[in-house]
Amino acid sequence: MQVAEKPFEFSTVANLTRIGNFSAGTLADLLNGLEHCSDASIFHHTFQTLGSHHFLTEGFSNDFAQWVLVDANRDALAEQLAALDIRDYTSIAALRDDLCRVVRDYIAQHPEFAQQETLERFYFCESLQVTLPFGVQARTLDEFHDGVGRLSHAAFHFHFIASRLRLQLRTNDFSHWLANSLGLKVLADYINRIDIYTNTLDSARDKVLRLIEREKRKHEPGASS
Amino acid sequence: MSPVPVASRTPLTDYAAVIGEGEIEELRTLAKPLAGRTFEMVNSTAVGGGVAEMLNRLVPLAEELGLNIRWEVMTGGEDFFEVTKAFHNALHGEPYHPDPKHFEVYRAYTEQNLKRIPLDAEFIEIHDPQPAGMINSRRAGKGHWIWRCHIDLSHPNRVVWDFLEPYVARYNGALFSSPEFARQLPIPQYLVYPSIDPLAEKNKDLDPAFIADVLARYQIDPLRPILTQISRFDRLKDPVGVIRAYRIVRRYFDCQLVLAGGSASDDPEGAVVLREVKAAADNDPDIKVLELPAWAPLEVNALQRASTIVIQKSLREGFGLTVSEALWKKKPVVASAVGGIPTQVIHKHTGLLAHSVEGTAYQIRFLLSHPEIAARLGEQGHQHVKENFLITQNLKNYLTLFLMLSQRAAD
Repeated sequence: MQVAEKPFEFSTVANLTRIGNFSAGTLADLLNGLEHCSDASIFHHTFQTLGSHHFLTEGFSNDFAQWVLVDANRDALAEQLAALDIRDYTSIAALRDDLCRVVRDYIAQHPEFAQQETLERFYFCESLQVTLPFGVQARTLDEFHDGVGRLSHAAFHFHFIASRLRLQLRTNDFSHWLANSLGLKVLADYINRIDIYTNTLDSARDKVLRLIEREKRKHEPGASS
Repeated sequence: MSPVPVASRTPLTDYAAVIGEGEIEELRTLAKPLAGRTFEMVNSTAVGGGVAEMLNRLVPLAEELGLNIRWEVMTGGEDFFEVTKAFHNALHGEPYHPDPKHFEVYRAYTEQNLKRIPLDAEFIEIHDPQPAGMINSRRAGKGHWIWRCHIDLSHPNRVVWDFLEPYVARYNGALFSSPEFARQLPIPQYLVYPSIDPLAEKNKDLDPAFIADVLARYQIDPLRPILTQISRFDRLKDPVGVIRAYRIVRRYFDCQLVLAGGSASDDPEGAVVLREVKAAADNDPDIKVLELPAWAPLEVNALQRASTIVIQKSLREGFGLTVSEALWKKKPVVASAVGGIPTQVIHKHTGLLAHSVEGTAYQIRFLLSHPEIAARLGEQGHQHVKENFLITQNLKNYLTLFLMLSQRAAD
């Protein structure tokens, strides 16, 4: 079994939600908020909310889409906002641009809905994050498997979902390390293709673990490659 | 003076079966840098009420994680609690007739308690408006002071809020249960949801025989659909509106309604509402109006578990933790879109929201007609509570906040 020179360092993560300064009672307000809120706010309502609502594997994508659907009652706009896939973004700026573009285009096409009051207001919040070393590291696939199995939901989300913003690559911490430190590019690719919208964090983790187990079996004595 | 002794201790490891070993390990990791450091919680009652209930559970868990935590309760005469009750109602938006004596009483008891309670911990959390003035004892640059507001401040009475705001503005931060309750303040405001304890008597798993016993005791038929609202007899919980919704549903389904709340004997307004509810029930044998003893957690638990659908048709609500209690038991919930309820009931994902009597009735009928959807909402509701509204998450929020404050001070 290969031993990585650079170990994978597992982290512990905790988020606290700070209440922001913007709120929206119309689609025009939403656009204004999207344009001016902090990066931490865009992160909170997209990346972070996917983690805290990971158990919803049908029809929930981000807070903006959910609010537009339920409180603004604008299905078509909600659908477009929900269709933005956070895996396509390696920066908050790009994600913000697309969110603004979708809402701006909709308002341009339907100016009559821009000032229509919604049922409930949307409150922009921010995620503040504390990360600490978990005290667990992996140099082999065995150790990596054990470490992934011990992670909390927040830590799994940190390494598997939010990581692309840190790496600024369309991948995740796990795949990045497996490809670059253990040279397991095929396994890394399989893991990166797990759909985070149709899986819960638990089922995504189970898939990661199963893929690692399959890889381990390939390296067992007598296994055909 | 001695800190409040906690009523019960449930070891942290017992929660592993509920939330998983990884989450417990994470709590231990987060607590490590805070071990041995001093924390103080101050509120205005040791028993009764949601805050005392939460602290009773939270303090021992924090102790087990190695935090040097103390819980203090401020004291006051009847005059103080009359004033703070008036403040409480006024902050909820009810009419208030300003009386300068009220402010004098508040200041006097604050000073009296400051002489009695040592506020020398590194992290001090003051709960609700009653002890908010204790910030007066803060010495410049000493300690991290947090004010946690458990009430709905979305429409506060201006006079009372103007009196309290200068105190609140001197804290390092404020915690609210909903972004809607936050105010314009010069300090950071954070969102921390209230929580339920999955291992408490009100939420733990029950023997089916006990549930059957409770149903038999109250003459509720387990074979027909049971609609339940658990809440005190208060107009803001709209129990009469629930009866009206039930009557619409009855045209289509042979169901029963249970309205269960605490005894109204010591609450003059509650007694009036209870009479209104009984009048509206009009001796319908399928409407059970139950006055439970002040603290009957096992009965409440059993009634929620036996329910087909749980209703929370409040007209106004702080957070409405009875919703999380029902969701934890995998019950489909139909509730009003007010206060903290939409945070718990994500429409069509973890329950159904309604805005009227007719809407409530419609959603109930829909769920009675589609039990498979009701089951899915209940299951997803359970997961939502597990992820966001359990006491272990509350503890994690506190650890995160304390770590942040401490890191900020070090920078």
